[in-house]
Amino acid sequence: MKRNRIFSICAALAVAAAAYTQVQSDIVIRLTGGARKVIALPDFRGAGAAAQYAGVFNAVVFEDVERSGVFTMAAKSFYPLNAPQQERDLRTPPSPQAQCGGLCLTDWAGAPVNADYLGFGYLGEQGGRLVAFGNFFNTRMEPPSAARVFTKLYTADLSEEGARKIAHEYAADILAQFGVPSLAGTKIYFVSDRQGKGTKEIWVMDFDGSNQRRITHFNSITTMPSISPDGRRLAFTTYAKGQPQIMMYSTETGRFIPFRNSAAPTNAQASFTPDGQHVLYASSVSGYMQIYISELDGSNPRRLTNTRAIEAEPKVNPKTGADIVFVSGRGGLQQIYRMNMDGADVERLTNGEGEASNPAWHPEGRHIAFAWTRGYAPGNWNLFLMDVATKETVQLTHGQGRNENPSWAPDGRHLAFCSNRTGSYQIFTMLADGTGVRQLTTQGNNWMPVWSK
Amino acid sequence: MVEVITNRGKKSKDAELAETVKKKGGTKPIMNRLLKPRLIATVIFSVFLLLFAAGCKKKQPAPPPPPPPPPPKEEPKPPAAVIRSFTAEPSTVTRGQSSTLRWVVENASEVVIDQGIGTVPPRGERIVSPGDTTTYRMTARSAGGDAVAAVTVTVTAPTPPPPPPAKPKASLSERISREVQDIFFDYDKSEIREDARATLQRNVEALKSILNDFPSAAILIEGHCDERGSAEYNLGLGDRRANATKEFLVQLGLPADRLKTISYGKERPFCTESNESCWQQNRRAHFVGVE
Repeated sequence: MKRNRIFSICAALAVAAAAYTQVQSDIVIRLTGGARKVIALPDFRGAGAAAQYAGVFNAVVFEDVERSGVFTMAAKSFYPLNAPQQERDLRTPPSPQAQCGGLCLTDWAGAPVNADYLGFGYLGEQGGRLVAFGNFFNTRMEPPSAARVFTKLYTADLSEEGARKIAHEYAADILAQFGVPSLAGTKIYFVSDRQGKGTKEIWVMDFDGSNQRRITHFNSITTMPSISPDGRRLAFTTYAKGQPQIMMYSTETGRFIPFRNSAAPTNAQASFTPDGQHVLYASSVSGYMQIYISELDGSNPRRLTNTRAIEAEPKVNPKTGADIVFVSGRGGLQQIYRMNMDGADVERLTNGEGEASNPAWHPEGRHIAFAWTRGYAPGNWNLFLMDVATKETVQLTHGQGRNENPSWAPDGRHLAFCSNRTGSYQIFTMLADGTGVRQLTTQGNNWMPVWSK
Repeated sequence: MVEVITNRGKKSKDAELAETVKKKGGTKPIMNRLLKPRLIATVIFSVFLLLFAAGCKKKQPAPPPPPPPPPPKEEPKPPAAVIRSFTAEPSTVTRGQSSTLRWVVENASEVVIDQGIGTVPPRGERIVSPGDTTTYRMTARSAGGDAVAAVTVTVTAPTPPPPPPAKPKASLSERISREVQDIFFDYDKSEIREDARATLQRNVEALKSILNDFPSAAILIEGHCDERGSAEYNLGLGDRRANATKEFLVQLGLPADRLKTISYGKERPFCTESNESCWQQNRRAHFVGVE
């Protein structure tokens, strides 16, 4: 508990999203507001045709709950031999010290499991559908009827996909008890070369790495994806027509939406304003890549920077819609700057050491994640967080390969990023304190994850 | 003959002797003194032999008188050689095929064909595969007179494949890759370096000539970066490098409307290792033609 407070992300029990305080001149995002609760999740067993899907179901539930960073997962090896499958399996212990082989909540609450909460249930088949009977109990309460947090029925197609779906739902219901939004249903857009070396296309996957599928088919270099706040529009930069241009795509209809590019050698790096009504991008129409804002269809472009330097990666504060972070070479090597929506009040955020790139606003609009080479040779990027108001930073990755392209999950507690720590560029997720790293991709090289709701 | 043999034997003995004498430190006068009595002995011995032989003959009965010699008639001269035939079949071949030489010769003591064939029987045949048109000369020798004949095997070249089409003018891309050199940049810089200025000054003449020869073509200047900067920033840096190159070429007199630029940032590296030599190769402006 004490150690997890340093840079752990708040489960936001009562605290809305993440609460930020400053301790020992480091950013501290309190995650749990107290002790991490210990949770035990004995495997569900499946009856009949449902049995074959129990493995997937159990794995997804465990992973979702663990990934949340809210709980300490009780060691499975300490679990009692038997676990209840339904509420009526639960016994009241004959005496406070008595053991009942797992059928008393006290078996789970006491040593060595020491769980505060117990999730249990089973899978069955009903009318050709897969059904999960999910229970969630507080082990510290007696009798069982008082200990019940929820008991719920989940149904889906009798398939692996169905099992995955109801597992996410059950895990989401558990997390919701602690004010933690579920990531189930969120998607990560990314760039991959797995379809052919020398080409890049936009792909998408579920937040946990499942269901990876290709979106674009230009057989060209198509990169730098960005997603509108409502998740309905995908913008990206493509060489499909020669010089790099911005294109826009509807994630609902799967069709391209017209976007008017300026007559410039380079138009790239589109991103959306929080109201979804404007697009910021970088264009070299002046001879230097500069930052512009336009309507959603590219019309009425207005220039926001006016330098003889390279300006890139504009990102509008998603909470306030009032300021932009971006990357500029105006002072020498690339650094991260901030300015108002009209381009005024420019200030440098990074201190000039090394090179900085890929600023990504936290959903609450007070912090950015970004890539920095401070303390490392050029090109050796690591991920950092910065409190934009105080400019204080904390380092999340520490030299395991190159780490770039941070993107916040909608829950504000997870980051997706790209790293070549395995030898090729792959996409990972982690908690915002740098723990709980998971690799989501393995095929080809994969870059630039963008986490969408 | 006997004498010769004797002499030979003596000579060699003398030589041995001479050698012996020499070894013993003898001198020429001594040799002469030794040799002289031997010569005398030899002459005497020969005379005895002759006398002895004459004595033996005399003891044989007298032979009948020889028949009179026949009237002196013409010495029967051998007939002159005659080459009855000497042919090559076929007489014209394409290269690689063979022809058969056939001949009939009479009265010849020796028949020779040149071109490395050599002595052949008076009647025969020989398969030849000359590489080029070749004339075979036959000489039939005889004491009565030689005869000469020749036959030619004409070799034609196989039908040659159709000649390649007239060499086209070098294509736009060939011209550019041959005549126009890339220029290189410092890290995070788009300024034209000294070495790049010199290269561009050379490039200008080539580009002028190329644009002249391809009136509808344009030159695309690609800006490239090494892998270290971020992909997003490098898109701007590559754009800047291409643009700075274009501006420099325009100052040197190239028409701006025929120079286009594109930034590949770090998307299309020329070299993929992570070291300075490779990074330098990737920090470049590269020229390609567009029709």
